[in-house]
Amino acid sequence: MPGVLVFCEVQDGKLKKASREALSIGRKLAEAAGGDLTAFASDESAADDAGRYGAKKLFVTGAGGYNPEMYTAAMQAAIAQTSPSIVLFGGTSNGRDLAPRLAARLDAGVASDVDRLEWAGSKLKARRPVYSGKAFATVEVSSVPAIATTRMNAFPAEESGGGAAEVVEVSAPAESKAKVVETKVTQSGELSIVEADIIVAGGRGLKEGANFSLIRDLAHAIGGAVGASRATVDAGWIDHQHQVGQTGRVVSPNLYIAAGVSGAIQHLAGMSSSKHIVAINKDPEAPIFRVADLGVVGDLFTILPALTEEVKRAKAH
Amino acid sequence: MNSVVCIAQVPDTETRIKIGGDGRRIDEAGVKYIVSPYDEYALEEAIRLKEKEGGDVTVLGFGPDRVQQALRESLARGATKAVHVKGESGDADSLGIAKVLAAALRTIPHDLVFFGKQGVGTDNSLVGPMVAELLGYPQINVVTHMETAAGKVTAHREIEGAEEVIEATTPAVITAQKGLNEPRYASLKGIMAAKKVTIDTKSIADLGLADSDVVNQRVTVVSLELPPEKSGGRKIDGGDPAAAAKEIVRYMKEEAKAL
Repeated sequence: MPGVLVFCEVQDGKLKKASREALSIGRKLAEAAGGDLTAFASDESAADDAGRYGAKKLFVTGAGGYNPEMYTAAMQAAIAQTSPSIVLFGGTSNGRDLAPRLAARLDAGVASDVDRLEWAGSKLKARRPVYSGKAFATVEVSSVPAIATTRMNAFPAEESGGGAAEVVEVSAPAESKAKVVETKVTQSGELSIVEADIIVAGGRGLKEGANFSLIRDLAHAIGGAVGASRATVDAGWIDHQHQVGQTGRVVSPNLYIAAGVSGAIQHLAGMSSSKHIVAINKDPEAPIFRVADLGVVGDLFTILPALTEEVKRAKAH
Repeated sequence: MNSVVCIAQVPDTETRIKIGGDGRRIDEAGVKYIVSPYDEYALEEAIRLKEKEGGDVTVLGFGPDRVQQALRESLARGATKAVHVKGESGDADSLGIAKVLAAALRTIPHDLVFFGKQGVGTDNSLVGPMVAELLGYPQINVVTHMETAAGKVTAHREIEGAEEVIEATTPAVITAQKGLNEPRYASLKGIMAAKKVTIDTKSIADLGLADSDVVNQRVTVVSLELPPEKSGGRKIDGGDPAAAAKEIVRYMKEEAKAL
């Protein structure tokens, strides 16, 4: 039986957003390719959620937390049972860690970080940003299964209203050559730029690291993540996890607010596919204005605090 | 401790990308090639290990003749040996490249295999873990800190909002993230010494592989396009911060539907 298998991850008892997005596009692909949508997760707590997004079966491993070697074997066992045409991974750290390992095991091809997917006869057709978004490649994956990792925010999560998925346990080896000995939380409570719907980013125009508080205040008021240009990361003002652009992350949130970011080619590549872009910069000729839907020529040191207050007022209503 | 650092050569990040005549690849005319930025962190870490514990740092690259330049640059920074697998890597998919590198790695003694966490350009982030699987090694991806001890490596792997500390047996595959270290520049002495090193050059056939193992197997690029040119939207004067803030909030609410 062909169909689509989706690697899912659970956080706080719920499927991660990336997994819900991957299941949603997976369901559409299963309709086109024929066969059922099935899911894979660490444990059965995902069964209700997976069913709600259309999965008929949920494969679970008794292997415990994520481990690339053990999960490769468990995914292989799930694939042996359903022979899916397509295997999808949400583009999380673990999804991107596991997809290539599984692909090498199965001699299969992978399209990474895709923002469009369609079933074209016997092949999976995918669009993916290359050169950090300076160009888009359309690729065809012709192996069975065809594997893809999905880009966050590219595929809307849509429930289909199914009942709980039937849980099927698959075995995994008990030993592996690598193990997690500790997990250190680095940004407690902070939203990651790859997951966020809204990003507020700061650049060199902030003048010094302490002024990132202006960006943080606005991001917190809106409920968005904090982004940064490469110059600010290289200057040590903020951690690399916040960097947008080439040698950072390519992001495509619904709303991107850039303050004091001039718009180097590497930064523009990383954010210009955002759906709505607001730029605040004192230089009317700054390249960032070329991609901004709304450009504000002015002083970020007066505009950002005013904007944070205005957002709080709007939210209070 | 012997390390192999797998180097990808990519267009300079300043490059304005143009589409080539076949509509599937970039126009290479005038493109300056550099060592992929993440590979520099990988190389630096391997050199530091060598300085601490001895052993060799071999840089390994697959691709056309221009790859020799990337290998020379890496030697100048402190790698001790270089292996160039000559071949047209442009039509190889990631697993094809991984098979070439895995075959070459079988001929080079090593305890650790380093990659950048992604090749800047194709941005696949696939080859490192694929090589780990092909060789049966553990993998630690997106590494921001690492230490070695007899027969094992302990590394910090960056994940969403946290870092995992992972302990693995060697040989192992490590992929480097920015922040792992501060890469050095090549010294004049290094540049002179690098000129004397003979790059071990071989073909895919020398490694027992055929073109069909590598080229156009599983993933094919059918077209390459530039994103639609944005013309820029409305520009307003922010001289009155309160008025500007009101207009941004209106935009966020009514057009972006973000509030």
